[in-house]
Amino acid sequence: MSPRLQAAFDRLPEYLGWHVALSLSALALGLAISLPLAVAASRSPRLRWPVLALASLIQTIPSLALLALFYPLLLALSALSEAVLGHGFSALGFLPSLLALTLYSILPILRNGVAGITGVDPAVTQAADGVGMTSRQKLFKVELPLAAPVIMAGVRTAAVWTIGAATLSTPVGQTSLGNYIFAGLQTENWVFVLFGCAASAALALSADQLLGLVELGARRRSRLLAGGGLAGLVAGAALALAPLVGFGEPSAYVVGAKNFSEQYILAEMMADRLEATGARVSRKEDLGSAVAYRALAAGEIDVYVDYSGTLWSNVLRRTDNPGRKAVLKGLTDELARRDGVLVLGPLGFENAYAFAMRADRAAALHVRDLGDLARASQGLTLGTDIEFLSRPEWKAVDAAYGFRFRDKRVFQPTFMYRALASGDADVISAFSSDGRIAADNLVVLADPKGALPPYDAVILVSPKHAHDRRLLSALEPLVGAISVEAMRDANLSVDRDAGKVTPAEAARALEARIRR
Amino acid sequence: MLYPWAMADPAIQLSGVSKRYGAHAALDGVDLAVPRGAFVALVGGSGSGKTTLLKTINGLIAPDAGRVTVDGEDVAAVPPHQLRRRIGYVFQEVGLFPHLSVAENIGVTPRLLGWDRARIAARVAELLELVALPSEMAARAPAALSGGQRQRVGVARALAAEPRIVLMDEPFGALDPVIRDALGADVRALHERLGLTTVMVTHDMAEAVLLADRIVVLDGGRILADGAPAELMAHAGDPQVRALLEAPKRQAERLRERLGA
Repeated sequence: MSPRLQAAFDRLPEYLGWHVALSLSALALGLAISLPLAVAASRSPRLRWPVLALASLIQTIPSLALLALFYPLLLALSALSEAVLGHGFSALGFLPSLLALTLYSILPILRNGVAGITGVDPAVTQAADGVGMTSRQKLFKVELPLAAPVIMAGVRTAAVWTIGAATLSTPVGQTSLGNYIFAGLQTENWVFVLFGCAASAALALSADQLLGLVELGARRRSRLLAGGGLAGLVAGAALALAPLVGFGEPSAYVVGAKNFSEQYILAEMMADRLEATGARVSRKEDLGSAVAYRALAAGEIDVYVDYSGTLWSNVLRRTDNPGRKAVLKGLTDELARRDGVLVLGPLGFENAYAFAMRADRAAALHVRDLGDLARASQGLTLGTDIEFLSRPEWKAVDAAYGFRFRDKRVFQPTFMYRALASGDADVISAFSSDGRIAADNLVVLADPKGALPPYDAVILVSPKHAHDRRLLSALEPLVGAISVEAMRDANLSVDRDAGKVTPAEAARALEARIRR
Repeated sequence: MLYPWAMADPAIQLSGVSKRYGAHAALDGVDLAVPRGAFVALVGGSGSGKTTLLKTINGLIAPDAGRVTVDGEDVAAVPPHQLRRRIGYVFQEVGLFPHLSVAENIGVTPRLLGWDRARIAARVAELLELVALPSEMAARAPAALSGGQRQRVGVARALAAEPRIVLMDEPFGALDPVIRDALGADVRALHERLGLTTVMVTHDMAEAVLLADRIVVLDGGRILADGAPAELMAHAGDPQVRALLEAPKRQAERLRERLGA
């Protein structure tokens, strides 16, 4: 078996287990909410319209956005509970994913529930009244059994949607089959992307078929069929959830990573070092840039790598650039004072936002620095990653040079480099530690006005572990140890098309290189 | 006392009962007393209020004004499901529960009343015989029965908990004439045998004349005429009532002429 496929299979028990746990909980909760709501809505036409309209409205929110919206909401609720009850709760991972998916599962069950109950032959409901059933007996003995096939059809739809949308819970820190897709997209590991898609599709199809059996059983009033379908569901869920029993033990440390190769590699390096102390370590990867720092300050993750300029402008909201040393000093003091977060130290390289062009194109246009670029910008297309154009750094550099690009296009980082090669973009917002700068023969444009802040990679430690000797002494040797060349090579080994390695392998190679 | 059967202790009594739907008066101050053991037919065109009247008796419709008593008890003061468990109810659409077998359909009210299994089983067997259905029908699903068989199960279900009063809303309306005639005769025989008080809604005057011993004619939510069939025929002053009554009589005469019997 190919090593990449082997790596995918190795992760399957954990990813699938979490995926099933999440989808199942969301579906159960969705059922618990939408069935009573369906009964109430079928009883009262006045309630029916607003309830169905609200459920449809929720359905129109893109699922990724719904998941993302729950994180700040839960963070605020957690802070409130901390203030009122004395203890908060985790706003990252399972809870926001569960709530978003639950909301998502409501509409099909609700809609079919209302249709099923209101669709019962009025002669039959009248007979239920006539023979002396109470309204409750009528519901449980007549209406629900007769509506069961229609309701089950709704549950099937909800199950398929929930299982599909659960792959999107990866960016809010919940492990799922989506980890294959997000990590695979980032490192161009198409085996992972396909594996993730196939696994989630297979899961959705099996759940759909088994629920279909239950539905058929309800339709034909066959206890055998319905019982068989239910038994299959229970057995499948138990099988998928079994590996999680081991994962249930609390980890001593949670290592966080944002969603690009360098972050995966550094997280693996830190995790290896922490595991070497005998501690149990879990990883939360693919965190959004803004989510990561807040998660650390809230203690959802214990350690991760961020970049000084990012923290300076996005967390401290500073727009000035007092120089590399002053930024580091300011961050160390201010983050400790404000959030109790420890800046352990810089790793030794910068991963700055840097405008990069193909060498031949830059030479042809006589562009050497950002001033030249601004003059040529009217005829050029800028390609950026997803967040750059909404970041303060872009506003600062745009204000300093006055760009007038013909067009601005947004890409996944991987495709951003591809766009430069194919001519879909003339200049991109690259990352200075990216191995593809050298590999693709790109030039980085100088920033004579110093508009872009420095981006030293720094290790951040959560307030809870700011004085944890075991963690600090395991990670301190990394401070000042990684040169930009070493990081570029490691990044390229993960990002390149041929002979690529996994982030874990790259981390081990990088570790070996800095120990030499 | 206007009528000889309006006794001191009627099974069913309506006093000044009204029911409005918006501007339309379905019932407009109806007074009616049904003595024990009577077979009363409520007759009238659609919209005359006959079905509304029937449904006020077992609380399926609550009147806006007036009082309905069953066995001397105010219907509004009894929980409706308890009232309905002691009143049999048969209607045109039958409304058998499609997810239950014939036996389970017949035994539904006894089960609600908490009878034990053996008593319910014995009662179901007894009722199948009473409505002239073979005992092997018990395990069938309602969908596997003919229209006439279904309505026989409907009648058995209404009688299952040994009610003293049976309400029937156009019970034979959807059946073909031969079955309709047979089932009508069977229902009348059951009425006699079990000593029931029966109120039946019908738009078919011939059916009313053949089965009931008292006919109440409704129009626009009011009682237009009330009496035994022969008595109505003799005294009906209202031309509308006379026309209603004479239609089946003329029909019978024409049938006899054409068939030469």
